[in-house]
Amino acid sequence: MSMTDNDSSFDQNGKRLENAEATSRPIHAKQREAQPKGAIDRGNKPIDHAEAAKRFLAAPEHLKFHDERLWDLRQKRDKQMHGLPEWEELRSLASAIKEHTLTHLDTYLEQFEAAAIANGATVHWAKDGDEHNRIVLGILRDHNAKTLIKSKSMLTEECGMRHFLTDQGITITETDLGERIQQLDNEAPSHVVVPSVHKLRSDISDVFARTLGTEPGNDDPHYLAESQRMTTRPLILEADAGMTGGNFIIAETGTVVTCTNEGNADLSANTPKLHIVSVGIEKLLPRVEHLGVFIRLLSRSALGSPITQYTSHFRAPRRGAEMHIVLVDNGRSARLALPEFWTSLKCIRCGACMNTCPVYRRSGGLSYGFTYSGPIGLVIDPTFNKHKFSNLPFASTLNGSCTNVCPTKINLHEQIYAWRKVMADTHEVPFAKKTVMQAAGVVLGNPKLYRAAIATADKALFSLPRFALYSRMNAWGKGRENPATPGQNFHVWWAKNRAAKAATAKNGAVKS
Amino acid sequence: MSSRDDILGAIRRDRPAPLPLPDVPMFDEGRADDLLGRFTAAFTMMGGKMLDLPADGDPLAEIRARVAKAGVVISMVPEVAGNTVLDPELMPSKLENVDIAIVRAAFGVAETGSICLTERELGVNTLGYLAQHLIVLLDPADLVVNIHHAYHRPEIHAARYCVFHTGPSATADIEGVLILGAQGVRSLSILSLPRA
Repeated sequence: MSMTDNDSSFDQNGKRLENAEATSRPIHAKQREAQPKGAIDRGNKPIDHAEAAKRFLAAPEHLKFHDERLWDLRQKRDKQMHGLPEWEELRSLASAIKEHTLTHLDTYLEQFEAAAIANGATVHWAKDGDEHNRIVLGILRDHNAKTLIKSKSMLTEECGMRHFLTDQGITITETDLGERIQQLDNEAPSHVVVPSVHKLRSDISDVFARTLGTEPGNDDPHYLAESQRMTTRPLILEADAGMTGGNFIIAETGTVVTCTNEGNADLSANTPKLHIVSVGIEKLLPRVEHLGVFIRLLSRSALGSPITQYTSHFRAPRRGAEMHIVLVDNGRSARLALPEFWTSLKCIRCGACMNTCPVYRRSGGLSYGFTYSGPIGLVIDPTFNKHKFSNLPFASTLNGSCTNVCPTKINLHEQIYAWRKVMADTHEVPFAKKTVMQAAGVVLGNPKLYRAAIATADKALFSLPRFALYSRMNAWGKGRENPATPGQNFHVWWAKNRAAKAATAKNGAVKS
Repeated sequence: MSSRDDILGAIRRDRPAPLPLPDVPMFDEGRADDLLGRFTAAFTMMGGKMLDLPADGDPLAEIRARVAKAGVVISMVPEVAGNTVLDPELMPSKLENVDIAIVRAAFGVAETGSICLTERELGVNTLGYLAQHLIVLLDPADLVVNIHHAYHRPEIHAARYCVFHTGPSATADIEGVLILGAQGVRSLSILSLPRA
């Protein structure tokens, strides 16, 4: 612990705590800096991730903090993994349980519905985001409810629920701190687990000073969090209805499971007389006994914490209260029909693939232009709108780290590559990328041309002026330096150092 | 056709070939000893406070001393009295003035340092969140090895609401700085004490 570590919380023995989404060491920005905003939404026009990433890269304080903060979560995750000898077995089990459930999704959905109804809950089905929003509005109108408190839900973000309900006169209060920050700043979440991770404390201080009336310039995270607690609590106590998402739902028992740290989901569900659950149809598990595998993996993968502070199981409405569950498809059944991409439905939204992704860490979640960013976003966003998100599968180095950390073993980097092929086949690849790719295809497919090209390129990289190397045709040169070229390529090195030896060894082997 | 039929129909038409459901082992080999020690280590790492058991004398002395100094205290356990009686028909929001709530855990989980509460232990569910501080009595005989064992307990099937608390409410949404007491209780203390 450093002498300046005044922010941290400590356990009863004086040891620095790093549970929940806390960092394992203090990570601070050195100075204030304007927060880079996300990708520009141009309707159905393709999101320009590279353009937004460039602006993120141009904000060094935000970039450095974001990169270190998320890499720290990845390292905390590794520490948890090493502490659990059955880690790989749990990943295999999680993958197999999800694959079984998804290949029997119809029967498990029916079983869930029957169990939930038997428990006294009401079950609704929504084909898409619009129908989901209309159903929720209908439930609220039926109960004359005008105020809604809710916990964080990526599904309601995906459906654009907050804007819809606000336009219909419903007052919504997000009760998760990170999501509340984003709501008050009128900005989408940038990460599925830590929605405001792209913001520095100074950004949050400015948002709260503007919207909650906190002391301008007071950056103390404890003061800011306490201000949010004190201003949100009255809204929780007076709300007409509460809403949560669901991390898992159980077919056997009709149970909805949420995993949270703040206690806000439990307050949202338990305080008002009406609890609405919005949940995607892919969140199903067959039986309670399967839940253990996922609870043990989720928070360890997401935050490097052995479990969230609260693991809550809502099986039936409280006496005198109502529970409504909205099961949402919104493209999931169509995704199930895609042979190369259906296993992306195994995702439990832990964010581990985002935390480990070098592109995500250096571009920020908002540059992807949709609720889901990072590797999982590259894979599922195009299923919502192939044209609008046609650039996203190229926002990856295909290093495979995402696949390695995924708790349900989704082959993310292979699906990203498969999407590139789909985009190329359906003419969704931009002109510059396509022209270069075609040229690359010709060159890479012919060994002699390739060697000649490499020799030329190495010489060219030494001698070409910057304006030629960092032109609009070279996407690699945007936001980064071209790698230094070795003095000699591998083929030349091999011919000089190994070819003779290899020939001798081969001849020797033939003789004996 | 209803949306329900549309969704189920689309799944039936296009679902991939069926894959088998694996058995889930209990993963408890070599971990069934010293459950209270394992629980304590995990629980304190999550920001919880284990109350000391005095070598001799009243194990509840520390709790009684805190109750004496506190505002509204609601106790759901026979071992120690509060100063306000909980009306189970009370509106959940009315518990906002509670300073300390005292409950007994249905059971505990050694692996994670979690305690299980249901509507039976809480009386009114918001008691576990609107109170500023939560004190929990835990019988060490009620400890299970890990989360897999927890999901074989009857509570999860029987209770309407069943929750695992692992430390107090917490957030680190501002620059990763850990803050105990986000929207729920500011502290969670546990006293290991066999059921009366």
